[in-house]
Amino acid sequence: MYTEKVMDHFSNPRNVGELKDADGVGEVGNAKCGDIMKIFLKVENGIIEDVKFQTFGCGAAIATSSMVTEMVKGKTLEDALRISNEAVAEALDGLPPVKMHCSNLAADAVHAAIKDYIAKHPA
Amino acid sequence: MKKVYFDNAATTQTDKDVAATVLEYMTNTFGNPGSVHAFGREARKAVDIAREQVAKLIGAQSSEIFFTSGGTESDNISLKGVAYANRNRGKHIITSAIEHHAVLEPCEALKKEGFDLTILPVDEFGRVSVETLKAAIRPDTILISVMFANNEVGTMQPIAEIGAIARERGIYFHTDAVQAVGNWPIDVKAMNIDLLTMSGHKFHAPKGIGALYVRKGVRIRSLQQGGGQERHMRPGTENVPGIVGLGMAAEKSLAEMPEKIDRIQKLRDRLLAGIMENVPEIKLNGHPTLRLPGNVNVSVIYIEGESLLLNLDMKGIAASSGSACTSGSLDPSHVLLAMGLDHATAHGSLRLSLSKMNTDEDVDYFLAEFPAIVARLRSMSPLYATRGSQAAQRCESASCKESECEIRGS
Repeated sequence: MYTEKVMDHFSNPRNVGELKDADGVGEVGNAKCGDIMKIFLKVENGIIEDVKFQTFGCGAAIATSSMVTEMVKGKTLEDALRISNEAVAEALDGLPPVKMHCSNLAADAVHAAIKDYIAKHPA
Repeated sequence: MKKVYFDNAATTQTDKDVAATVLEYMTNTFGNPGSVHAFGREARKAVDIAREQVAKLIGAQSSEIFFTSGGTESDNISLKGVAYANRNRGKHIITSAIEHHAVLEPCEALKKEGFDLTILPVDEFGRVSVETLKAAIRPDTILISVMFANNEVGTMQPIAEIGAIARERGIYFHTDAVQAVGNWPIDVKAMNIDLLTMSGHKFHAPKGIGALYVRKGVRIRSLQQGGGQERHMRPGTENVPGIVGLGMAAEKSLAEMPEKIDRIQKLRDRLLAGIMENVPEIKLNGHPTLRLPGNVNVSVIYIEGESLLLNLDMKGIAASSGSACTSGSLDPSHVLLAMGLDHATAHGSLRLSLSKMNTDEDVDYFLAEFPAIVARLRSMSPLYATRGSQAAQRCESASCKESECEIRGS
């Protein structure tokens, strides 16, 4: 049901954890739906220097979280904002159709973290 | 890698002797029981013997046993067959909130056809209250359907009490006993059961064969017409290999029952105790004592069921969960919700169901692997990171609206 890439990111998730001194934090989903994704960002000169995640959720939720951290690390905030949930799913060689709706929120979590950063660091 | 199968409530391994007999009745003794010749007569004889074996397992007469394709079909015939045949007596049906979909869906279908439906609530352990049932009975109640033991949490219902009440009031009583037959003693006469559903593959017979017990004298209508097999209750050429397999599995189960229950229960108790001792913050779901001998159902707080199942699977362990991701919908198990679990706890449920095929080594292996898997998933969980704080209770707050999942799912 899951692609090899999904299972790889699920079994060996990248960038798991918390950044204590994060510049921006974003959280999407809720426990009722069975998915919560939390993204921590460290930003320097408009570039995402470090990123970590914590996820409560199914295989797809964990894999997309892991994948999005790889996709945005080193990117400018502008570029990171352009990454969509669909692009994350595509980078994992796709998700089962039912998961596209409920567990594919990782890019939203990054966007929420960036918005948090911008709110805390007005230009 | 070691493989451990803890999903026997989903299906069991077919018993080797049963499988050999099934093969025999597909190859050498392959006649149609409806035929006059020797091939047919031999098949007929085998079906008759199987009917007696199945009847004996639940204390019925062989003439009260009808072979079907399994649990779903037996449930449908029971509910719709009794409802249609007794329409003139009343239109009220009572069932419970924790029934299998094979009962709830036909009940909902009957409701659309004009029948009245009362769905009884359950307590925190998943038990129906006899008092609540009594209060729900109306003069036009024609049928009560309450399962013998729940497939998810293993909770056993007060079947004999319900049977006594139903019999006293002249109401038919059906029980979906799919999880209990072959795994727990059943006596349909002593328990005043009028109709009972069973499925072969839950007690080491093949898939695709089951039976329906209908007490002599119950007014019921068949749902399909055809060649008149199974005394018109379930027409269609008999699944002879399946029927013979079911009969043999029934006979073996009856012979093994006391010893089997004792052995499985000891394994289960050790498994549950090991989980509770080695992993903090585990909630037992279901009744502490009134539960099927092979059932463990726990919620692993702060983690989600599907990711738990995938991690167990990577270690060769087969289990199941009531999380939304495994129920095929956006909501977790209706059984766990009916028992009052909040969504997050239901999403983290884990069912381990044992059978006679499981061993002490299986339990040891599971207990050796499980704590590390839970620790790893918890270390990734934002719920665990913020446990005890307001944030961890976020789902109970107003910010978690019922509609949120719906929007995301649409």
